[in-house]
Amino acid sequence: MKQQMKMWSGLVLAFGLVLTLSACGTRGKAPLDATVEDRGSSAGGAGTGTEALGVQDYGRLGMEALQDPASPLYQRVVYFEFDSSTLSEADQEILAAHAAFLAGHPELTVALEGHTDERGSREYNIGLGESRGQAVRRQLEFQGVRPDQIRVVSYGEERPAADGHDESAWRLNRRVELVYGGQ
Amino acid sequence: MQMKDMMRWLLLAALLAGSRGALAVLTIEITQGMEGASPIAVVPFATPAGVTLPEDIAAIISSNLRRSGRFAPLPEADLIARPREAADVRFQDWRVLGVGDLVIGRVLQPAPGRYEVQFQLFDVFRSRQLTGYSIPARPDELRRVAHRISDLIYETLTGEPGAFDTRIAYVTAEQGAEGKRYALQVADSDGHNSRTVLRSPQPLMSPAWSSDGQQLAYVSFEGRKAAIYVQDVGTGARSEVAAFDGINGAPAWSPDGRRLAVTLSRDGNPEIYVLHLADKRLQRLTNNAAIDTEPAWSPDGNHLVFTSDRGGAPQLYRMDSRGGNVERLSFEGNYNAGADYSADGKRLTLVHRDGRNYRIAVLELDSKRLRVLTDGSLDESPSFAPNGSMIIYATSVGGRGVLAAVSADGRFRQRLTLSGGDVREPAWSPVLRR
Repeated sequence: MKQQMKMWSGLVLAFGLVLTLSACGTRGKAPLDATVEDRGSSAGGAGTGTEALGVQDYGRLGMEALQDPASPLYQRVVYFEFDSSTLSEADQEILAAHAAFLAGHPELTVALEGHTDERGSREYNIGLGESRGQAVRRQLEFQGVRPDQIRVVSYGEERPAADGHDESAWRLNRRVELVYGGQ
Repeated sequence: MQMKDMMRWLLLAALLAGSRGALAVLTIEITQGMEGASPIAVVPFATPAGVTLPEDIAAIISSNLRRSGRFAPLPEADLIARPREAADVRFQDWRVLGVGDLVIGRVLQPAPGRYEVQFQLFDVFRSRQLTGYSIPARPDELRRVAHRISDLIYETLTGEPGAFDTRIAYVTAEQGAEGKRYALQVADSDGHNSRTVLRSPQPLMSPAWSSDGQQLAYVSFEGRKAAIYVQDVGTGARSEVAAFDGINGAPAWSPDGRRLAVTLSRDGNPEIYVLHLADKRLQRLTNNAAIDTEPAWSPDGNHLVFTSDRGGAPQLYRMDSRGGNVERLSFEGNYNAGADYSADGKRLTLVHRDGRNYRIAVLELDSKRLRVLTDGSLDESPSFAPNGSMIIYATSVGGRGVLAAVSADGRFRQRLTLSGGDVREPAWSPVLRR
């Protein structure tokens, strides 16, 4: 599993580089019904094979790719440290995949829902959730997503993902959720 | 005679909450008593023969005085006499009990459905009347009259205005079959007469009273995005006043009631604006890449205090009402946020991180001295009573959100618990218009 993740990371990083070089990237008009190509798996990837997906391929994937547990597109939550809006390296990899997907589907929109843990002042937490959402927005825009595809909503501490009152819950609540239009 | 340190008592009974008649019980429990509370006797008010009042006025007054932390009303069973009029009072009897002050009263019924509530407050040791009034009331006004009498007694004996004839607004969240249900509620300051002014399946936040106590501004996420609404508490009529892209939050009324300070992120990140309600004109006050939010007007309207992490961590700052002359106010610790001004403009109450705990503190603006008042771990949303005597705030007990109040000197505490669900974000109303 870990190996599989590593492989994805490599792919996504390479892809991110290409995107950066080609400025806005491609906005292909590929049909939305394209399926995940199974070209065999090398690193023990059970289920859908993932190895040979090309760099531009995220942009050509259909909506069902969002439901594929093996795809980075399946991960639609990024997490943050306490009182921080800084994206981790792992998050940037996930976001690169979403950026490619969105850039390839300019008709799609995504809501970035920013959240915090329950500690501290509620309206400050609304501000913090907004900052997290804006950090994700910036990352997506750098990688070719059009501004009008993105909407940021901060819920602060109002909609926790986990209901507990300790760090094990708090770390799950400091997050930005990517909610695709129509989801 | 002293109040016990951990005096516990239950005050309130069942309340009808909301239009659907859901039964909610709000319980007030004093969790830390105050040494040196003054003994006082409040004699049950006399009524005409055969008349049963819908409210026990003396009991309401006793509860109010006890909840202030300043008075220790005699239990009803310990009353040695029940004088109806001044001529019936034998001061020496009360002196023996060590009671310093005595309240008596009677309710007359000049016509069906109309009452006249008369009361007198006596200084037992000087054997003289300190104050007394006669107040007309309809049956549904009797509780309010009892609160007004409590205010008169409190002011006469302490020299400071009372804050019993006031209300609190707060937000409740309950887990329903189809997810969380949120409600904005308003109750009397003793927790009675709670009623729901808004229900929503989406979060509600940040209720703020207008300075005349007639309107509430709040944030609602109905439609899965934030918007600020203003609602008339009496009629229920409401209007959307801010629904820009991004944050629409932290509404705070200017003292003149014509403007709302709000937080908007429409220009990229959270900034404080003033919204002129008459023409919806916007005036931007902050311009900083940091989070700027939680504005609070000084009572004279000349300044706003706000929270900003421009220095790397959330701290309190003050600016003039045009956004100039920004000055940092809080320096102790690395988390100070969510300030509310006292009515005299001399103090702020705020959320302060103390080690790993979030607690309610008071900051003296002249000396910049910060004093932590509470001992919870997740205390937030402090709001001053209009007379500055108490601070109501939200805390957590056993993982549940409850309201609590602490005296401004930290010596006296009480807890308000709603049966079922979380209670949060209390906002204490200003003195109500008479």
